[in-house]
Amino acid sequence: MNKTARLKPLQPGMRKAKPYLFILPSMLFFAVFAIYPLIYIIVLSFFDRSIIGDMTFVGFENFIKLFNNPEFGPIMKNTVVYMVIVVLLTTVFSMLVALLLQRPTRLNKIVQQIAFSPYVISTVSVVFVWMWMMDADYGLFNYIIGWFGLGEVNWLTDPNVTIFSIAIVSVWKSLGYNAIIIIAALNAIPKHYYEAAKLDNSSSVKTYFRITLPMISPTVFFLVLINIIGALKNFETIKLMTAGKFDTTTLVYFVYQNAREYFDFGYASSAGVILMVFIAIITLLYFKVLAKKVYYR
Amino acid sequence: MSSIILQNIDKAYGKNAPVIENLNLEIKDKSFTVLLGPSGCGKSTILRMIAGLEAQTSGTILFDDEDMTNVPPENRDIAFVFQNYALYPTMTVRGNIEFGLKNRKIPKAEIAARVEEVCSLLDISEYLNRKPQNLSGGQRQRVALARAMVKKPDIFLMDEPLSNLDAKLRNQIRTDLIALHKRLNTTFVYVTHDQVEAMSMATDIVLLNKGKVMQMSSPAEMYKQPRNVFSAKFIGTPAMNVISSGKSNISVPQGCAYVGFRPENVMLEKKNNDDFCISCDVASTEMLGAETVIKALSGDEIIFMRAFTSACRPEGRQNFYVERANLCYFNEQEERIYE
Repeated sequence: MNKTARLKPLQPGMRKAKPYLFILPSMLFFAVFAIYPLIYIIVLSFFDRSIIGDMTFVGFENFIKLFNNPEFGPIMKNTVVYMVIVVLLTTVFSMLVALLLQRPTRLNKIVQQIAFSPYVISTVSVVFVWMWMMDADYGLFNYIIGWFGLGEVNWLTDPNVTIFSIAIVSVWKSLGYNAIIIIAALNAIPKHYYEAAKLDNSSSVKTYFRITLPMISPTVFFLVLINIIGALKNFETIKLMTAGKFDTTTLVYFVYQNAREYFDFGYASSAGVILMVFIAIITLLYFKVLAKKVYYR
Repeated sequence: MSSIILQNIDKAYGKNAPVIENLNLEIKDKSFTVLLGPSGCGKSTILRMIAGLEAQTSGTILFDDEDMTNVPPENRDIAFVFQNYALYPTMTVRGNIEFGLKNRKIPKAEIAARVEEVCSLLDISEYLNRKPQNLSGGQRQRVALARAMVKKPDIFLMDEPLSNLDAKLRNQIRTDLIALHKRLNTTFVYVTHDQVEAMSMATDIVLLNKGKVMQMSSPAEMYKQPRNVFSAKFIGTPAMNVISSGKSNISVPQGCAYVGFRPENVMLEKKNNDDFCISCDVASTEMLGAETVIKALSGDEIIFMRAFTSACRPEGRQNFYVERANLCYFNEQEERIYE
């Protein structure tokens, strides 16, 4: 018998189905843990659903209640302010740190590892150390400020400051991670571009803005997007540092409060849907405005 | 005008990795000098030291009489063409060509005029607004040349600029470069490992091996009068046959250890009574059109013969003859000796 004949060619229908069969397991996983909850939240947002009693369809009532809630405006403001601070500081500082630590000297490698370590430490530990430093009465920050004769700052209770305090902790935690990724992007730029720029009499500042920055822009673009989404979804630091008090309730914390403290699942879901739509809009805008300016090889 | 003089140049990476030791070299003004050698011989390093992209460990580099040791690359009045062109992918072709001029604060009108001139010369005017990644290899090559030329430098340094092109384009740009050198009338220093490029373009060839100059001469002299076994075996396709002189049927000069002869000087019939003769077995015959290359074995030595008639198809055991005048003798140290 001919050896090749043993492997019968697949039926045309089967041949088409084959790739889908291969990705079926991961698609099932994705459907159960990502798509189903997503749809369920959207469905839930149209129902009145608490821990006891039946689900009753209420149409857009949850959304109307949300938009009429006098807290909704400040919550959105907190969310956006927090995001802007975190994204701005993380991007600028990680780019500076990356430039400083780019050259692969022994010292730089050690500092890189140290800078990366906050990313590995649990948020709870990080937050408690920072809370101790930010303590109004015996914290390190006010102690240092005291040297300069400045008044005490209530880092964790003054509504004018709290959102910044939380943002600083988040920035500190993700700075090293961002910097490492940017360092990798910097080191991927072939050296001959810098040599050519040198021969072209280009100053180091000009070289950075005309050659380096455009070439790492895909990486920075991606990091900024990840940081935007991450900042909009941030929960841990707020829960641990202020528990949403002193003007620190963001949209995510609002969802948590309504679901876990007031057990108003329908209402919480509607806020969750708003968050989702908000992230989608920002992401789309971001791509529309900036994607063209990014240089891809 | 600019001649380049390298005096007692040493270059080492780290403590125990000398690349170049005590190199002395003079590159003549307005010459087309090719630094030729196998990979790792230090030719690119020499070029980069001339450019100032790398510092010599010790020694002096002079442009005419001016010591360049502490002059940064941007002030050396040179242009450098990189092997992979190093065109800024973030700028258009025009941006690439203009960049150096803009940084030197040259008036806009003059920049425009110079760009125009160079681009029409190299025939790239229609690509000015494209990005380098949208150009073919040959077009990129010309943009890289334009970026160098627009600076009007005294010295052009080129690091294997043709190695990324296909064979046909390479031939074309080779002739273009020769014409360009004539037209610009400046000093060209060109690095390559390809002896054909060196032979076809150079006015002077510097043949290097392991950081040392093996021979420096014109292409014709390099071919006809190799000064050692290395240059005999590096130049020519196929290279010079160099065999141990023990097999010789004729008297050789005192101290001669090797006899060399070019494949095209091999004859199948005796011409004079004192012709050098070697008996060998024909291994293969390659008909290349205008010429035929015959590979033969004599013991463990390989001998090539080039014949310019396609009728030449020797087989089996053959006697190869070479006229005395066409022989080169080398001593035990592989240096040339004369009768």
